[in-house]
Amino acid sequence: MLRLPPFLFHRPATLQDAVDLLREHGPAALPMAGGTDLVPNMKHRLFEPAHVISITGIPELHEVGVGEKEVTLGATSTLAALAVHPEVRQHLPSLANAAGLVAGPQIRNRATLGGNLCLDTRCTYYNQTEFWRKALGYCLKKDGTVCHVTRVGKKCVAAHSADTPPVLMTLGGQVDLRGPEGERTVPVRDFFVHDGIRNTRRQPGELVVRVRIPRPSPETRMAYLKLRQRKSIDFPLLSVAVAGEVEEDGTVRDLRGVVTALGSRPKELSGWAEMAKGERLTPELVEGLAERAFKQCHPLENIIVDTEWRRAMVPVYVRRALEQLQAV
Amino acid sequence: MGDSNGVPDSANSLSDLTMIGQPMRKVDGLDKSTGRATYTDDIALPGMLHGKILRSPHPHARILRVDVSRAESMKGVHGVVTGKDMPVLYGIIPWTQDEYPLALDRVRYIGDGVAAVAAVDEDTAIRALAAIEVEYEELPAHLDPFQALAARGDYEAGDYIHPPRKEGWNGNITKQVTLEFGDVAGQIQGSEHVIECEYYFEGTTHAAIEPHCAIGLASGDGRLTVWSTTQVPHYLHRELARVFEVDPAMVRVLQPPVGGAFGGKSEPFDLEFCVAALSLKTGRPVKILYTREEVFYSHRGRHPFHMRYRTGLDANGRLTGVDAQIVLDGGAYASFGLVTTYYSGQLLCAPYELPAYRFHSRRAYTNKPACGPKRGHGSVQPRFAFEVQLDKLAEKAGLDPIDLRRRNFIGADTRTVNELRITSNGFLECLDAVERASGWADKFRKLEYGRGVGVAGSTYISGTNYPIYPNEMPQSGVQIQIDRSGRVAVFSGASEIGQGTDSMVAYVAAEELGVPLEHVRVLRGDTDFTPVDLGAYSSRVTFMLGNACIDACRKLKKQVQGAVSEVWEVKPQEVLLAGGWALWARDTERKMPIREAFNLAEAKFGTLGATGSYNTPKDIHGDYRGGTIGASPAYSFTAHVAEVEVDVETGVVEVSKIWIAHDCGRALNPVLVEGQMEGSAYMGCAEALLEEHVFKDGDHGRQGLHNAPSLLDYRIPTSLDTPELESLIVESLDPEGPYGAKEAGEGPLHPSIPAIANAIYDAVGVRVDVLPFSPPRVWKALQEARASGKLGKPPAPERARVPERGAKR
Repeated sequence: MLRLPPFLFHRPATLQDAVDLLREHGPAALPMAGGTDLVPNMKHRLFEPAHVISITGIPELHEVGVGEKEVTLGATSTLAALAVHPEVRQHLPSLANAAGLVAGPQIRNRATLGGNLCLDTRCTYYNQTEFWRKALGYCLKKDGTVCHVTRVGKKCVAAHSADTPPVLMTLGGQVDLRGPEGERTVPVRDFFVHDGIRNTRRQPGELVVRVRIPRPSPETRMAYLKLRQRKSIDFPLLSVAVAGEVEEDGTVRDLRGVVTALGSRPKELSGWAEMAKGERLTPELVEGLAERAFKQCHPLENIIVDTEWRRAMVPVYVRRALEQLQAV
Repeated sequence: MGDSNGVPDSANSLSDLTMIGQPMRKVDGLDKSTGRATYTDDIALPGMLHGKILRSPHPHARILRVDVSRAESMKGVHGVVTGKDMPVLYGIIPWTQDEYPLALDRVRYIGDGVAAVAAVDEDTAIRALAAIEVEYEELPAHLDPFQALAARGDYEAGDYIHPPRKEGWNGNITKQVTLEFGDVAGQIQGSEHVIECEYYFEGTTHAAIEPHCAIGLASGDGRLTVWSTTQVPHYLHRELARVFEVDPAMVRVLQPPVGGAFGGKSEPFDLEFCVAALSLKTGRPVKILYTREEVFYSHRGRHPFHMRYRTGLDANGRLTGVDAQIVLDGGAYASFGLVTTYYSGQLLCAPYELPAYRFHSRRAYTNKPACGPKRGHGSVQPRFAFEVQLDKLAEKAGLDPIDLRRRNFIGADTRTVNELRITSNGFLECLDAVERASGWADKFRKLEYGRGVGVAGSTYISGTNYPIYPNEMPQSGVQIQIDRSGRVAVFSGASEIGQGTDSMVAYVAAEELGVPLEHVRVLRGDTDFTPVDLGAYSSRVTFMLGNACIDACRKLKKQVQGAVSEVWEVKPQEVLLAGGWALWARDTERKMPIREAFNLAEAKFGTLGATGSYNTPKDIHGDYRGGTIGASPAYSFTAHVAEVEVDVETGVVEVSKIWIAHDCGRALNPVLVEGQMEGSAYMGCAEALLEEHVFKDGDHGRQGLHNAPSLLDYRIPTSLDTPELESLIVESLDPEGPYGAKEAGEGPLHPSIPAIANAIYDAVGVRVDVLPFSPPRVWKALQEARASGKLGKPPAPERARVPERGAKR
């Protein structure tokens, strides 16, 4: 079987110890929560940290709280737990849905919300064994100089492939990070950057502590749809999160949409609020929004599934997601 | 089960049987489900080393130099071998041996083995691989089979992947076959309807959950022992003796339980030779376990087939002639390719009568992992094309596709156009069963747009009449020994790969000798102690081993009957053995425990033991070159109806249900037969919708690099993606099969794919003649149809249907 590179395993009991360990070992250390992303990547020799800092033994990272104003989800909350958490399902149904659609049951039992936020980007030329990548001649993201997807330029276009971030973006979620300099907060919509090599603003020495999501108003409707070829296990080929405040008569007060699995970061669909605000969520409006999304999305061959088809699925999935808002 | 599916009562002698035909446990089921079963990788021998194989990063290259000195001197490394340590060509088919255990002077695909290391642990072995220096001279890579077949030049320059078999030949051709039966051109010319279409079957791999694993032990006394996940211990035994020039009597092959094979373990692989060579070199046991990636490189999966069919139909809906042209993309080595090339044409000639038939098949070498046999070897691809072709013809002729198939039924006790001998044939009953169960008449062309049903039929062999290497010896053997405790030990040569051969012989022994199932022990998978069986391939085991087991049991039964009848002073044939008792047939109150009966027999005859064997009928095939290939003692028949839902916007096809009717002759254990039928349909469905065994090209990374050698990206269905499967067993009671049994392991796969293809057409009126029917491909076909205004439900057949079983028998 594929073997892990050798490393020292640390399991600190406090957040401060974890941050200290990260600082002490610098680039030689990587934090690990559930390990469902990191461990296979280490087996593929994409990462060979001398120190692995497990953060699963830190009680405060497990905390889940539903307050009057916001929902607080600790970084190491497992996706399996979020998917079935009664209050998360009640207040944030699209998040529970997205968490429940990640990979398969065994992986969701290990995988965490913080890990899903920090999921490494994925590409057909990257998520492969050392032997395979050597035969390829390596790639821009790891050990090489060429991007085999674009074949030009110096920009890595590996795909953001996590399910929960687009939902968190539509719900106004914020990430609390803790590093050597203390704690800071970044809105999830600002958390990602357009660089497939490192696509988040989390600094190497920082840890995701929790995600906070404002408690949605009673008028908020939300949906998450994931396109994949199997009903389990697979990463998304395209995913769409939508959320909006819609009055009882169907009048839109606000509307947000995010698509992902196309480029290096989740893409916020622009111009939606302008188009929809004060309008009824009619089939014509939905069609217009879907068409607008289509124009904004240009998938690349970072995933080995036909790009023309993936692009054509954008308006279909946007429409189907919006139809779920209509249906409420 | 059987009785509800049209088995005539008169032909049913189930009443004479007490075990056979009953649902029974698998004898190894509890061990496997509790984790007690010891698979090859579970074995750890004292002092065992771990091996790794260095593989080529080039699709086609000359090896200029291999320097292992640095690796050899590393701490923890005990031995390194290269191609020069085993410079003997091997190959499963004696006429096309073209592989070295490790590449000698040329590598032919990305992943070809070059050197192997044995070290104290895997990590050390992996580090040692990195220390081996190999100098390559890259050669042009041939990835397209048509270009490979058209190549001209010479082997040394890299124009050919192998040295031409004869001077002036193209070295990229493994085999070509042209066979014609009847006047094809004339027959087709006089047809009412003629269609000619092209089809492409993308290759697929087996994806058995257990990766290949082997352990070698050269014990220093001249004996060489290899444990392996093989499904052909006998052929491995022969090839080990040949490559290492050891007397076969000094070679022992052990086959622990195998965690799935499906044809992917049916020939020797580099790791089996490497563990032997490394053990010979180090004097210690050596284990190699493939990574999943290596399993993909070793492959031997289903060949990609480029197919063109020209087919004619007369005014009565009877086939007139079939003309087929096929190019097989073989990959780097021959493997079973010679047989595959013949099978691509030979196995199409039933269950329909073909008045005239011609096929021209060529297998090309390409610089990709070698293709070989996968469940339904060589005949799944043409069956896909042909059954879709029939669907198209039915529509052209205004016939219901089930009706068309009935009209062309070949019948029982007959000969195919290529002179294969058909005995029992339950194909019409299969069609009846799926038609009824699926509610076909209310669904075909009648479901709402987006939903549809499709039908397909097929046939498959129950083993081959001629073994892989020519010999006159039996194809299968067992030895049985009875202990005075009442325990029956069966020494079986067969290969248990999960399909249930151990269980099958136990059922036969329990049935024949009247002992409870749990008193039968099966010892299998050890060439030192079991008679030869040729292996688990070509769906041969139940038919051949079952008959061999009956043969051995009846010899013993005769002794037991003789001993008991003497005491009872009755006729020997009046002594029944059943349910743990010896009973008098005239008055079953007169009985004794079976153990006492065995003791009487042992007292009279000495230690109780017998051997049994089975050999195939010979000289019943056509008298032409290739006529032996495809000849089987019996053929199974299958029909499927698949129901699908197509998402017209996305192209996503969901198979909601497959009805599978299979004529297995007799279901020795209906539970296992249903398991094979469901597993087959599942596998076919996977190939139809998901599996893509494809490679990068020069514009996408690297020529010949496997697209995605992992089970994350090579997608097989999860439980959520698996359709509902309904098995309908049909029993035609074959005159030569054990209790009338025929195969059930491979045949039921075939119709899945064309039935789904035909159902997609019924659902949305779009033909997809290229596999797999992935969402992008179906979506594109829908887009094209939409653009040309052809989107819509296809027309319903105009002509009246022939009622069930109305066609000629």
